Amino acid sequence: MLGLDKKNSALLLIVIALTVFAPFLMNPFPQSSGLAQFNAGYPDLMQRFVIFGIFAIGFNILFGLTGYLSFGHAAFLGVGSYAAVWMFKLLSMNIVPAIVLSVIVAGLFSLLIGFISLRRSGIYFSILTLAFAQMSFALAYSVLTPLTNGETGLQVYNDDPQILLGNGPTVTHLFGFEMNSTSTLALGDWAFQFNMGYYVSAVMMVLAFYLSMRIFNSPFGLMLRAIKTNQTRLNYTGVSTRPYTLAAFVISGMYAGLAGGLMASMDPLAGAERMQWTASGEVVLMVILGGAGTLIGPILGAGFIKYFENIFSKINENVLHGWFAALPDGLENAIVWVLHFFVGKGWHLTLGLLFMLIVIFLPGGLVEGGQRIGRLFKRKKSGDDASNTKPAE
Amino acid sequence: MNILEVKGVSKRFGGLQALGDVNLNVQKNTVHAIIGPNGAGKSTLLNCFVGKLIPDSGSVMFDGQSVLGKKPHQINQMGISRVFQTPEIFTDLTVMENMMIPCLAHRDGAFEMNAMVSLAGQKDIQEKAEEALADMGMADKRHMEASAMSRGDKRRLEIAMCLAQEPRLLLLDEPTAGMARADTNNTIDLLKQIKETHDITIAIIEHDMHVVFSLSERITVLAQGTPLVEDTPDNIKGHPKVREAYLGEAQV
Repeated sequence: MLGLDKKNSALLLIVIALTVFAPFLMNPFPQSSGLAQFNAGYPDLMQRFVIFGIFAIGFNILFGLTGYLSFGHAAFLGVGSYAAVWMFKLLSMNIVPAIVLSVIVAGLFSLLIGFISLRRSGIYFSILTLAFAQMSFALAYSVLTPLTNGETGLQVYNDDPQILLGNGPTVTHLFGFEMNSTSTLALGDWAFQFNMGYYVSAVMMVLAFYLSMRIFNSPFGLMLRAIKTNQTRLNYTGVSTRPYTLAAFVISGMYAGLAGGLMASMDPLAGAERMQWTASGEVVLMVILGGAGTLIGPILGAGFIKYFENIFSKINENVLHGWFAALPDGLENAIVWVLHFFVGKGWHLTLGLLFMLIVIFLPGGLVEGGQRIGRLFKRKKSGDDASNTKPAE
Repeated sequence: MNILEVKGVSKRFGGLQALGDVNLNVQKNTVHAIIGPNGAGKSTLLNCFVGKLIPDSGSVMFDGQSVLGKKPHQINQMGISRVFQTPEIFTDLTVMENMMIPCLAHRDGAFEMNAMVSLAGQKDIQEKAEEALADMGMADKRHMEASAMSRGDKRRLEIAMCLAQEPRLLLLDEPTAGMARADTNNTIDLLKQIKETHDITIAIIEHDMHVVFSLSERITVLAQGTPLVEDTPDNIKGHPKVREAYLGEAQV
């Protein structure tokens, strides 16, 4: 299907199904139950799942295939966001020009940074990208204030030119379909929300995922994997590695730009903090957590981290007290005292522990975990088959 | 006719004169061995052929074209393939994928932006790679991860990968170093077979005299960065200078 083999076509269909039905899948708990706070099926969070999914899929093309660990990809995301918001300020609130420009600008910017950084490999490459990203952050935060509006962040004002606006909507839209429009389907105790912005982003993510599959299965993708394994052999096999790594760097930069453009399309503002090194580090975590070099891993990793960031950070001490109210006071206070370090503002601690556990026990990330479970079931099944072959009495 | 002409090549590393005024001619379609004691400059010389090192002076001409100042991948595309002392293969990839890379490099050159093309759809590459594996008797190992192969198989795969590029000159850097006798003999047979079936020149650096004398037609003896003598294997065996510099040492 579409130039993919059977296995990859199945994977693509699974991803499509998951994104289409996400409003249901992310909302499994009835609203009145105590578990409702674990629901993630609201537009804002679902948009973030797929947008960061795009970011991670792109990063995986560079890091997962070539092994070049960039610590500066947030810079491309930030540049994409600024480019998109400028389109809103200058043209209209239609997201098409905004997204196109954000991909182009991020591509050019990554061409420049990649051209310089890829003169080195390994840790020196990582440090160079980190340095560039921090420089970009500093520029956006202060020096380039006329372009970026500094620490306030770039946003759309009423007196902006918006030459194509006319009588069009004043919120971001795709040819009239407004990004923030949400229809709610109430089914018993559940309320499922279908958001335009989410579905636009989801379509983009499915496209991004499809493209990454094509890249993985192309001769180009094979060369990128060869770079990760043995650059010496590749050089002495007549292949110039620089253009390959640079192409992978620019492609992943454009993915980051697309993510940045979509982020600004969902909420038309852009701040310098999107370019900070913590944001670059986050996408590294996503890819490693999900499984670097695998197709679906980055999406899983992005979803996992964004879920924790948004759900665990909402649980505060009052919620904990509510959960353990049935216990004797002393015990309740003790448990809440221990647990409160891991929730609310301390959600990073939980994430850190999980990250350590996964890296130590599942170096291949969540995908490896899934494969291990899969093998476990297979073995069980074949074990059953073996017992069935015993002659009946 | 000479395929490789080396004239007055010198290379100095700090205070060490690794190569001093080396002249060497490799004739087309021969097996030419370069031997010499440790530190004679054999590997340095080979590295000057493939673009890893640039000599301080002198010239290296391959088929009438200078290779000096060219990058390793450019020299490879000119028709020189190199086998390393420790097999350099793509250990994380399968044997088949290993084989496809040189086939792609031979067809598409140093860089090709074919990211939207299916690898499985490249029938010519698939067939060529499978044929090359079958020639090496590795068809059954095609889905194996290369890192799981034995050392001897890795060496065979590396040689097969080099041959898939249809090079005019194959450089081998101690191809049997650290191998058991049986593997060494297999490698000798393999190289003999390659010599017979391919239109190819082979230059080999080797320590093992058994390998050198069973394969080569010309031998250059290198000692302390300069060629002592160049002759046929029979003449080299009895040469007093060579005995003194090299074989004498081996007999101790």
